[in-house]
Order: sequence, then C-alpha cells, then structure tokens
Amino acid sequence: MGKRTIVPFGPQHPALPEPIHLDLELEDEKVVRAIPSIGYVHRGLEKLAETRDYEQMTYVMERVCGICSFGHSYGYTGAVEGLMDIEIPDRAKYLRVIFHELSRVHSHLLWLGLLADAMGFDSLFMHCWRIREKVLDVFEEITGARVIMSFCKVGGVRKDVTPEMLNKVAGVCNEIEEEVRKTGMVFMKDTSVKNRLVGKGVLSKQEIIDLSAVGPVARGSGFDNDVRTTEPTYKALGFEPILRDEGDCYARCMVRVDEIIQSMNLIRTAIKDIPTGDFCVPVKGPVPVGDFAYRVEQPRGEGFYYVQGNGTKNLSRARVRTPTNINIPALVKTLQGCDLQDVTMLVLTIDPCISCTER
Amino acid sequence: MNQEFKEIEYSEIPALAKRMLAGGYRMVQICGVTKEGENELVYSFDKDHEMVSYKVHVPFGTTIGSITPEYWAAFVYENEIHDLFGVEFTDSKLDYKGNFFRMSVKTPWKGAEKKDEGAA
Repeated sequence: MGKRTIVPFGPQHPALPEPIHLDLELEDEKVVRAIPSIGYVHRGLEKLAETRDYEQMTYVMERVCGICSFGHSYGYTGAVEGLMDIEIPDRAKYLRVIFHELSRVHSHLLWLGLLADAMGFDSLFMHCWRIREKVLDVFEEITGARVIMSFCKVGGVRKDVTPEMLNKVAGVCNEIEEEVRKTGMVFMKDTSVKNRLVGKGVLSKQEIIDLSAVGPVARGSGFDNDVRTTEPTYKALGFEPILRDEGDCYARCMVRVDEIIQSMNLIRTAIKDIPTGDFCVPVKGPVPVGDFAYRVEQPRGEGFYYVQGNGTKNLSRARVRTPTNINIPALVKTLQGCDLQDVTMLVLTIDPCISCTER
Repeated sequence: MNQEFKEIEYSEIPALAKRMLAGGYRMVQICGVTKEGENELVYSFDKDHEMVSYKVHVPFGTTIGSITPEYWAAFVYENEIHDLFGVEFTDSKLDYKGNFFRMSVKTPWKGAEKKDEGAA
C-alpha cells in the first residue's frame, strides 16, 4: 500500500470559478476517495418565496444563476402556470424554446472555453468565448440585457419578437453553426485534447441510473433522461436526444458540441414554424392551494421546480433542484480511482455550476 | 407530467426506496416544506420520463430512515434537509452531521418569517 495523503481541492482553485471543496484522499498519485463540501455561498433564494409574491419570485429565480438564468425562469413560471392552470399561447411556447436553446448554446460554449482554458489551450478558449458573444449580442438586442433578461413571465413572455428580428436570429445561428463546426473539430480531433479526455472518468449507464446523474453527463453514458423528449413543443420540432456510449470525459464533451449544432437546428425550425398571435395571457389573483412539479432540461441537465400554493400571492414553497446538485455524487464516483492529474478534467466535465447549487 | 403526490407514512420510506430501486426508478429529488408542527417531505422518482412523487409528513423532532443505502446520491438532499429543516436521518451513508451548509443565519427554519415591505 502506498502512502496515504489528503489533498484539499478548492474552494479556491484555478479550475473552479466558484467555490466547492473536495477532500481528495490519495494513495500515492491515485485518488481513493473524494468527499465534497458545498455551502460556502448558500443564498437561501428558495426561502424568499415566503416574503415575495409569485410574480416577484420570477426575478429571484432567474438570479439563481447567470448562465442558466433563462432556464430557471422558464422552469419556475412553468410550475406556477401549472399550479394556476394557465395555458400560455403557442407563440410564447416557441419563443421560450428559442431563448432556452440560445441559452444552451452560450452555456455549452462557455463550458468548452473553460475546458480549453483548464488544458492551457488558450486560443481555443478565446475562440469559444468569441463565438458565445454572438448569442449574448442577440439577447441584448431583443431584451436590452445580456445575461439576466427578465424575458419569461407567468403567463408567457414579456415582449414579442418581430419577424425581422427572428430572421436575424436565424442568420446568427447559421454563423454560429459554421464556427462551431470548425472549433468543434479541434475538440474532436486534437491529440492534446483527446489525451486529456479519452477514457477518463468513465461512468456506465447503470452507474448513471444508480447515481441519478442528469444532462450531458448521463447522455454521454447512453442514458436518455432528457426532459425535452416528452415536451410537446420540442416534439413538434422533431427533437431527438444526443447520446453517446463511451461514458468518458470525451463523450461528455462531444455531447455538448453536438448539442450546440442541434440547438441551432431547433431554433431555426422554431423560427420557421412559430405561430402568430398573443405572446402572453393576463394573470390575476392568488395562487390556489395545491402543488405542482415541473421539469426543464437545463444546459447542465434536468432542472426540477416544485411550487406549493396556499391561497395567497405568496408560495409556501418554491423548490429548485438544479442539475449540478445531483451531479455531485456522479463526480465523486468518477474521482474514485483516478489519477490526481485528471481531477481537474473530471470536475469540469460535469460542468459544475455552484451558483445553481448554492441557490 | 404526472402531478399525483401519493401520501405515505414516514416509517414506509426505506421500504419505498427499496421498491423504487427494484423497479428501476431513478431518484429525482427530495424536497422539504415547513408546516405547522411538522415538515413535509416530497420524494420524486422517475422511470422512462414518467415521474412519481410521494409526500411524507414528519413531525418536528422525529427521526426517519435514510434512503442512502438504496440511493447513495440522496445524501445531497438528506444533509440539506437535516441542516435547513432539522430532520434527522438514521443509517445515512454519508452524514455531514450538520456541516453540509455553512449558514450565517440560524437554521433549521421553523416556518415562514414575517413578511417584509417588498411582499404583496
């Protein structure tokens, strides 16, 4: 038996933009056990539901995270609409899908950039983030904001998007796809990238089920738990989940690259098929007594939203179970038996969002 | 999406976890809600995109069985519920003993705080 050492990883670490701590128990250079610690910046946003009404909580929810901000407002409003039995207009559903997929594109590009940066591949990192800017520019032109847009509201979306603007978005999608196809080839083919990712942190399909992992982590191991599969609007757009069987860091990376291309196709189809008509319905009155659960496929995986009404304008409970929250056990599992030098890649390939986790 | 929340007794939780695991269900989440004199826990599971949820009423001060022997990943939720809602779990496979969250305010919470001026 080699020498046993405990190496602290985080909460401040070059690979981590946000604080999470791992106690890595090493035997020589091998990790034999990893104990995660979170809770450094827990904000208690769910608790605010007791003192903010359900409309105000939309603004709180989209501040859970800056990257999946739209997805959180999408999930929360979906849950409240379900509780209040509100059917939103079809145009609003399509606009939400367009914004949600644009958010997925910029989230995945951000992640690809961070991965490249952690490898020391700085030109690749800058290319990924340069492409990502195009999505943020679109957000800014439509909503006036680049990150937290307040576009989703209970009853639909806050404003309509003109046909001219939608055509412009389709054009930007063409540009992004062309660039991602070139940049994605580097992730796919470059030897230095593949050396860091192929065969590392393998999770089998059964392990994914046992560990309740979600998102590209699950789909990289061939397990389809993509919420979009059963979502009617996505079904109408011909959505099919992207799956790979390898289960390693490379598979998780390639799922994200392929999902960017897929999102471009979904956005263009949504723009082509978007119905005309209202973009929101008026919403009045308190939330009824009862509860409702709603799920949204966030860029990092399934987001779970649960609201409980008590007959007033305040909710008794607004629950967000974010994807990183439930991917931490999968991370711990992949770390067992890995080399110390691979820890950074393994942590990054679950795309940890601590802001989401510390909602 | 299935919106049925089946009510079960807290003593049935470990048996429920065994049943769901044997049935091939993935655990989705556990949620705590503070009520008058009790916590309400919602356990959600999923199989083939169909979600099922169970509600459990746990009086304050009650210790309940952990589902981490069946669903190890549940340690994330059980430790959160322990720290924020004060529910104690037995047989936990990864117990942080109250150190999962580092909160600057007093926890566990026991019901709604007074409404502030921002509330409607």
